[in-house]
Amino acid sequence: MSTRQASVVPPLIECQALRKVYGSGATAFEALHGVNLSIDAGEFVAVMGPSGSGKSTIMNILGCLDVPSGGSYRFRGVPVERLNRDQRAQLRRHFLGFVFQGFNLLARTSARENVELPLLYRGLPTVERHARASAALAAVGLAGWEHHTPAELSGGQQQRVAIARAVVTEPLLLLADEPTGNLDTARSREIMELLTRLNREQGITVLMVTHEPDMAAWAGRVVHFVDGHIESDQRQPGGGGMH
Amino acid sequence: MLWNALLLSVREIRRNLLRSFLTILGIVIGVAAVITMVTLGNGATAQISQQIASLGSNLLIVLPGQRLGPGRDSSGAPRFRLSDVAAVREQVADVVAVSAQSSTSITAVVGNKNWSSMVTGTDNAWFTTGNWVMASGREFNEAELRGGRPVCVIGETVRRELFGAAADPLGASVRLKSLSCMVIGLLASKGQSMMGSDQDDLIVMPFATFQRRISGRQGNQDVGSMRVSFRDGADASKLQAEIRRLLRERRHLATSEDDNFSVLDTRQIADTLTGTTKVLTALLGAVAAVSLLVGGIGIMNIMLVSVTERTREIGIRLAIGALEREVLLQFLVEAVALSAFGGLLGITLAALASFGLASLMGLPFAFDVGINLTAFLFSAAVGVLFGYVPARRAARLDPIEALRHE
Ligand SMILES: Nc1ncnc2c1ncn2[C@@H]1O[C@H](COP(=O)(O)OP(=O)(O)O)[C@@H](O)[C@H]1O
Ligand SMILES: [Mg+2]
Repeated sequence: MSTRQASVVPPLIECQALRKVYGSGATAFEALHGVNLSIDAGEFVAVMGPSGSGKSTIMNILGCLDVPSGGSYRFRGVPVERLNRDQRAQLRRHFLGFVFQGFNLLARTSARENVELPLLYRGLPTVERHARASAALAAVGLAGWEHHTPAELSGGQQQRVAIARAVVTEPLLLLADEPTGNLDTARSREIMELLTRLNREQGITVLMVTHEPDMAAWAGRVVHFVDGHIESDQRQPGGGGMH
Repeated sequence: MLWNALLLSVREIRRNLLRSFLTILGIVIGVAAVITMVTLGNGATAQISQQIASLGSNLLIVLPGQRLGPGRDSSGAPRFRLSDVAAVREQVADVVAVSAQSSTSITAVVGNKNWSSMVTGTDNAWFTTGNWVMASGREFNEAELRGGRPVCVIGETVRRELFGAAADPLGASVRLKSLSCMVIGLLASKGQSMMGSDQDDLIVMPFATFQRRISGRQGNQDVGSMRVSFRDGADASKLQAEIRRLLRERRHLATSEDDNFSVLDTRQIADTLTGTTKVLTALLGAVAAVSLLVGGIGIMNIMLVSVTERTREIGIRLAIGALEREVLLQFLVEAVALSAFGGLLGITLAALASFGLASLMGLPFAFDVGINLTAFLFSAAVGVLFGYVPARRAARLDPIEALRHE
């Protein structure tokens, strides 16, 4: 199995006994109890499970947006729980891309400026920023929409801007939390085709939450969450992923 | 990093023009109000000092009656005599000149024009004690003073009203009651007095002429008031005391009796007046400072209201890899840029307003670097404080918490 062979080169993501507790005292709630998960570079993984099973929680931790309460999380062999705020920000800046269900674009800001933002924090010069942002927008099928603000774009278009923003930095890992949750079936298909293409052509590892089996069918591996732990972890031969 | 922050801040300000404008509006008004008040107040103070300088700085005024005490009046007080004037001139040290004068209102007539003015009978010392300069013509000569000749020197206003602004009045005659009086001199203009009266509205003639022909009391030696100018650097209060002692002696006042005359120091009057305007300036400035404070609270309000929207924005920036300090720097630059711009706008507005109001009120425009700087720094500090502190709270959140903020 590929996961066993990869013990020489550490897996991209390796979680052991990962726990997350929200709140404290009487209102404390354990959303993850001891999750073990290992993902290799190049995989396309779908995360499924009922609402409240901890899918978003694990995504936020893997995306370094939130910190676990216990267990270990290694990203490329680096123990993330030992990093400080700035070091985690550097991880996000250089290796991670995040796509949210609610898009999370900056309001009243053009599509290109939104996509440029991560490059700006990387300190790229203006000309290169513009070129790469425009190219990323073209890659998601939004050539010619550079100067439109989110309010002037449809939901599907906004999500494609968000994906362009997430991949413009050529991240190692793209995390998408219900990227098609707010979109109709046709729009969802387009997004899935886009994610598959990014996975196949650019080798970006994709981790995507969905509760629609149709969408999960695009992935090469489906991880099922129930009540804060992994219920099943299956590879599907027909799906995406480079392995 | 600073350049990036600047770029992001400018974008953010441009994107939210209305919000930015509302944010700084209070500061603009507050800064403008404080500076305008203080500038106008300083102008008023400067004007009073200037007028006092034109009155003559080393000057004592001696009046009959006790003017300074409450509830007293001078109507029954004994008048001075020419011999009192001579005594002061001769016996008091450090005196440069003593003038004696009496005045009354009168209607002056030239041809078919008439003008009601004040006529003063005095001697040549009056020109010194009053700090007057001749614009043209000459002072009185000995024969005119002794003989009570019908000659006079007129002020600019009298010239304008009776002869016209450009006309040369020298040698012309002015009729005062039954007296036809030749103009021998024109006084240089002094403008308004600190009390707002026109100092150039006057006619001056020899004391003897005034007594014989105007006040109509032949042989009368009464003097309305004395002006004593003294040497630079002389001690005014010592002089005051000395004149007082001399006059008490000449009037045979017993130790138990109060003075029935007053010796006023113009510098004292000036200090009192400028002191009053300074207090007023401080008061107005304080009121305006409150408005500046209210402006600051306005900034705080807007910043707090927009913090919801901005917390999500901060969450997005953090999520895509911005460092906490980068986000903070952006907000800091934004706040500084906004409030500095507001401060500059306020200063500009204040300069325009105080210039306009000063010329409207006839005050000099006294630009004060200190108050401009103070108001500007205050506005910058307020902006930084209220723009930065809410942002700091947001930037310290974990990105996911900031994103969850609704
Ligand atoms: N910030 C939070 N504070 C408290 N409880 C939370 C918070 N976020 C999520 N939870 C709880 O943790 C559980 C898992 O949430 P989540 O990971 O969002 O589920 P999913 O994405 O699978 O629907 C849920 O029961 C939810 O109520
Ligand atoms: Mg969720």
